[in-house]
Amino acid sequence: MVAPGNFHRGPMDDLLQDFIAETRETLEALSGEIVAWESQPDDRARLDAIFRFVHTVKGSCGFLDLPRLERLAHAAEDVLAQVRDGARVPDRALVNAVLAVVDRIGEIVEAIDAGAALDDSGEELLIAALAEGSEEIVLPSPVAQRAPSRSVRLGVDLLDRMMSGMSEMVLARNELARRLRVGEIDPAVEAALERLSLTVGEMRDTVTRTRMQKIDALFSPLPRMVRDTAAGLGKSVALQIEGSDVELDREMIEVMRDPLVHIIRNAIDHGIEAPAERRAAGKREVGRLCVSARQSGNQIIIEIADDGRGVDVARLVQKLAASGIRSERDLHALSDAAKLELMFHPGLSSKDIVSEVSGRGVGMDVVKASIDQIGGRVELDNVPGKGLRIAIHVPLTLSIISAIIVGAGQQRFAIPRQSIEEIVSERGEAIRIDQLGGTPIATVRERRMPLLDLGHLLELCPDRERHGPRMLVIVGAGAGSYALAVDEVHDNEELVIKPASPAVMATGIYAGQTLPDSGLPMLLLDSAGMARVGGLDFSRDLSAAFGDVIEEAAVPGLPALLFDDLDGVRRAVPLAAVDRVEKVSAAQVHLAAGSHRLAIDGRIVPLAMQGALDGRERLSVLRLKDEDAEVAYAIDEAIEIVTLPAEIAPARAPGAAMGVALVEGEQIEVLDVLWVFDMHVDRVAAEDAPLCLLAGDKDGWLATFVRPLLETAGYRVAASLAPGEIPAVVLAADAADPGTPAAPVVRLRRKRQAEPGDDSVYRYDRAGLLFALEARVGARGGC
Amino acid sequence: MAEQLYLIAEVAGRTVAIDSDQVESVVDIGEVTAVPRAARAVRGLAALRSRVVTVVDTEAALGMNGCTLARRAVITAIDGHHYAMLVDTLEDVEPFELRPLAGGIALEGNWRNAARGLVERDGEPILVVDLAALVPASALLS
Repeated sequence: MVAPGNFHRGPMDDLLQDFIAETRETLEALSGEIVAWESQPDDRARLDAIFRFVHTVKGSCGFLDLPRLERLAHAAEDVLAQVRDGARVPDRALVNAVLAVVDRIGEIVEAIDAGAALDDSGEELLIAALAEGSEEIVLPSPVAQRAPSRSVRLGVDLLDRMMSGMSEMVLARNELARRLRVGEIDPAVEAALERLSLTVGEMRDTVTRTRMQKIDALFSPLPRMVRDTAAGLGKSVALQIEGSDVELDREMIEVMRDPLVHIIRNAIDHGIEAPAERRAAGKREVGRLCVSARQSGNQIIIEIADDGRGVDVARLVQKLAASGIRSERDLHALSDAAKLELMFHPGLSSKDIVSEVSGRGVGMDVVKASIDQIGGRVELDNVPGKGLRIAIHVPLTLSIISAIIVGAGQQRFAIPRQSIEEIVSERGEAIRIDQLGGTPIATVRERRMPLLDLGHLLELCPDRERHGPRMLVIVGAGAGSYALAVDEVHDNEELVIKPASPAVMATGIYAGQTLPDSGLPMLLLDSAGMARVGGLDFSRDLSAAFGDVIEEAAVPGLPALLFDDLDGVRRAVPLAAVDRVEKVSAAQVHLAAGSHRLAIDGRIVPLAMQGALDGRERLSVLRLKDEDAEVAYAIDEAIEIVTLPAEIAPARAPGAAMGVALVEGEQIEVLDVLWVFDMHVDRVAAEDAPLCLLAGDKDGWLATFVRPLLETAGYRVAASLAPGEIPAVVLAADAADPGTPAAPVVRLRRKRQAEPGDDSVYRYDRAGLLFALEARVGARGGC
Repeated sequence: MAEQLYLIAEVAGRTVAIDSDQVESVVDIGEVTAVPRAARAVRGLAALRSRVVTVVDTEAALGMNGCTLARRAVITAIDGHHYAMLVDTLEDVEPFELRPLAGGIALEGNWRNAARGLVERDGEPILVVDLAALVPASALLS
């Protein structure tokens, strides 16, 4: 039972309240019928009205778990059914007994509403009195049981006026705030304004609630209905419900109730196949039915999708042609979409397309009419053999929506918050933008989607003063999502959306207009409209193809560890090279034989670093492993794991950095792990290899192209000498100064042909170079 | 025929008369928010107190190379939407008697669709235009 004054109600409580209100209303309307039936017990229409009442009560009670009411209603229904079948004559005793039950139902309902207990004595007697041949019971005079009602009924017109008045009030408040902020503002005025804002805000929520209801009210009875319907047909259906918390006009909810039920019954009856047939078609035996609601701009979209057999359009045409309502030639001339829409044709009698389950005398044409009546529209997406998706677009009559303000060019636009999945920076982690053919696509955490640039779409002049990365607003547009690139994302605002004039709506891009606090009108973008105008196609087949094509274009980024180095520079190291990150004590580090070494795990590991330890007591080290070699690299602190873009600007000269990568808009040096190994791994064989000094390598050509050759040939290669180090040979580019007189020099020349007396080596003559080096080193008698 | 009040204005360098029944008010338009991708005649949106109006470049709507610098506008309501029709100058409000266009007069551009007849001011014929015919509608755009 619901305690009065309890405002935090769940969906069941909402349903209970609805049930109470509904029952009370029906009882009021029925009171006349009851009196009339009493005087004319054989009046069929009155009998039917009462029968429907008890039938409805019985159904609702089962759902709401009100066994007492259910028992009463059930008993009355049984008796009335017998009367309808002609099995019993409605004599006075029967009429009285039924009326007593109806009265009792009213009493119990009032008691539930008031949260009062009602003694159930006498109910057995009431039920017994319904039995044939029982004695006429005396109707008690109606007891003044009814609790003062806590609900009133208001005309929708009144609510609409209240709502539009509220909107004006919000706008007036905004304007007042704007005007006050122009000049110096007295703190007292500011405080008063603040209070006004708060009150207006609360008031607006309250007014909105008078008109809006969670669509859950429409969805919550569905699981049971689906189960019962499917069971009755020997089918098994899994129902999935999404978006129950979307709010819709109460009026719309009422209008949508019957069409929704009808569409779902139709889907189960005609769409979803019997288990055996599904098995044969290679589908799961359990049919799937998905009912969802979402807000898109100033529309609510209710979608009913099943994975059944879809609609056989040819058969539809055939049936209509056979019925002679429209000529076969006319029908065949229709477009595919128009043919599919024939399912709403009134000419298809309920006998043709509706079985005993879905057939409640309502054809799909009635569904269509109900939706048209509220200014909605229906979209059909039929895939024969795979399923049918019906999307009902219901307009929001009032829209105060929460929107994100974005900037493109020099203009600002609002995007309904509900259509936004997320907002990321185009330079963010795990974000890629590529050109696929001529089409830009965005990859956001391995999810690929088309990319629309708002500025391009709207043909805006780019804001030349703007720098920095664009933002990607991931928006959902019906069947799919796409990334909308905008220049800036400003703030979140609650906006009163009003319909824009036809001239503006004709663009197909906007959902309405609004006047935000800035006082400058702003347009609300329609995410589905932008997708349409931008040429995005989310129809199933194409999106599948889209997925296939881009799969090939995938180039995974390089995962890397971002860290702060000892020298204060932020660097990244490819994650694959890092075995682990450990904290060690400075006491474990020892400077010996010219290099740092770390004593760890009972072994000595070379320790590389850029910067100095600066008397730290503890430090972090990256344990870098490559096959058998291991080097520790001292760092200040590990930060996080990032994905490096595929493009890394290579370093000009070999060294600790292999290049620079863009990580979240910042240029990050990427540590060259091979260089670290090269410089620090204790390689006994390499230690005594002849040292070759590169001289005059201004353009890095020697280091890039010649160095690998030399290293393969067993030389150590350096671009500069450590103090006291003497090279075995100097390789000089052109006429560069060898820098040290103590070693023989091999010069490289750019020209293929040598001048007479020139002993230099042509720079592309590998064999000649190695031969010359060997000869010079050998001539010195080894080293 | 009874006389009716007309607003005499200058649009695209021509003097026109507008039935005062169509005129809700006359205002000076402030900052205009552009409506990208809308028809050329749609200058944008402007705020009038708490109301948003669609600003119509009347010159463009008349089929000329509209680029009026006018900020003055006539506010009119058509099918529940408010429009600000830009006019160069506003001269007067005077009662006139509407007369039909003389036979054989062929107006150019969209003037033809907008013309409703003429009024005579001191012997000078002034074309009466219907603002509703100048509002770009979705039907006209397609």
